[in-house]
Amino acid sequence: MKILVPVKRVIDYNVKPRVKADGTGVDLANVKMSMNPFDEIAVEEALRIKEAGKAEEVVAVSVGPAKAQETLRTALAMGADRAILIETDETVEPLAVAKLLAKVAAEENPGLILLGKQAIDDDSNQTGQMLAALLGWGQATFANTVSVEGDSVTVAREIDGGLQTVKLNTPAIVTTDLRLNEPRYASLPNIMKAKKKPLDTKTPGDYGVDIAPRLTTLKVTEPPVRSAGIKVADVDALVGKLKEMGVGE
Amino acid sequence: MKTLVWVEHDNAVMKDATLAVVTAAGKLGEVHALVAGKGCGAVAEQVAKVAGVATVHVADDASLEHGLAENVAPLVAKLMESHDAFLAPATTTGKNIAPRVAALLDVMQISDILSVEGPKTFTRPIYAGNAIATVESSDAKLVITVRGTAFDKAATEGGSAAIEAVGGASDAGLSTFLSAEIAKSERPELTSAKIIVSGGRALGSGEKFEEVITPLADKLGAGIGASRAAVDAGYVPNDYQVGQTGKIVAPEVYVAVGISGAIQHLAGMKDSKTIIAINKDEDAPIFQVADIGLVADLFTAVPELTGKL
Repeated sequence: MKILVPVKRVIDYNVKPRVKADGTGVDLANVKMSMNPFDEIAVEEALRIKEAGKAEEVVAVSVGPAKAQETLRTALAMGADRAILIETDETVEPLAVAKLLAKVAAEENPGLILLGKQAIDDDSNQTGQMLAALLGWGQATFANTVSVEGDSVTVAREIDGGLQTVKLNTPAIVTTDLRLNEPRYASLPNIMKAKKKPLDTKTPGDYGVDIAPRLTTLKVTEPPVRSAGIKVADVDALVGKLKEMGVGE
Repeated sequence: MKTLVWVEHDNAVMKDATLAVVTAAGKLGEVHALVAGKGCGAVAEQVAKVAGVATVHVADDASLEHGLAENVAPLVAKLMESHDAFLAPATTTGKNIAPRVAALLDVMQISDILSVEGPKTFTRPIYAGNAIATVESSDAKLVITVRGTAFDKAATEGGSAAIEAVGGASDAGLSTFLSAEIAKSERPELTSAKIIVSGGRALGSGEKFEEVITPLADKLGAGIGASRAAVDAGYVPNDYQVGQTGKIVAPEVYVAVGISGAIQHLAGMKDSKTIIAINKDEDAPIFQVADIGLVADLFTAVPELTGKL
């Protein structure tokens, strides 16, 4: 079985995003960029499935600018076998990403596509589900545990209130939640080795997919600012404040 | 505009998350609702009474019992031939189903809306709520998920919608439900609790979390939340997590205990009416958003607070 892992280059998890003064978006100039954290978890899970002898190849794919090569090299350094970059400088919405990935899936015939449940930039949480619809495959979103057995995959999903376990026929789509695993760090030798692993570059045009956005962003603004309130000296003062508010009466 | 609202339920009771979606849909046009499940007639009766709902479509079929997206999405897509917008709550159920519907309709979904600005224009949070985008759709139909804390809840009484059965559901044969472990709790659910007490990594262990946080929550009749760090460390189950990728809450009072205030956590609770922070690090970012802060060791301050309330 082959596993396909789409990865996205996004603003680093630890960077506080700043809205541009002209309200057109978030300032990404000279900001540290990294692989979307949920996608790292997806890469890790794919590698573990391969290491358990249940998959032969892990292929990372990214849709984005030339610099997304760095993200793919990270996936390769973690242990992915090869990578595909679908290069574009345009904004590509989840629906268009899903259409591109569906074309890649048709060429690669993976048994499993593992994706992050959401990207921490647009917070859409759509691509995996859309891809599953386009391919007509089963989907297990928000995975907490994944186990592959023969031609099925059993997934415990994090849902409101607890966990739900579903079994899907493969090929299938799984999207990762935070607690699925803890991604490994790439070792220096593996980072060097990753530079020699194959990385194909394509364009959306190669796949015949129209990536024109359906949504127009009219403006991007700062959220309402919450200002710091007061500090109280001790518990008695806090109790007093709570009682003023009618809490704990 | 004719809207179709996804009703969240457990085949017996309509979930509160539905009510904010009804309000959001009402800003777009006529509100129709879909109850998809098995033996879910009682839910349809409850939805029919919700103020503002015109029609309740009920699809009752074994394949719909567990809300599997593979079986539900084709049904919704078919109903969308006669509706203009599909709206679901931004719960794990809504997030699972809506994008599958959107792709079947070739529509780009608008996730987690905060407001309706026009017939095709909405605001939504991006970058963990550090920016708010106003977006306009060019698609003929709309697929939307709704942030529950951003809209008032529709009244559960006063409506008298017609109930209509919908056929055509079937098992897509792609997925099988095996089991569910749903935590049973007497506590208010996080997303509807008026008061929430949340604990962070500073608690140090599951035992300490229970020993320090639970009595205060009991005293206040509060729901219990946690930071990602506390969940990752295994102090509490995953559905306690408040934040960018966990639950989004906006209670009257949010008490953050031993939570430093990472931006991902703030994204989940900064719309709370009053935020109270107890942390021994006076430079913790949580104090920048807290209305009332107490710099103190939580292991002494919280039991003392519980005792004095």
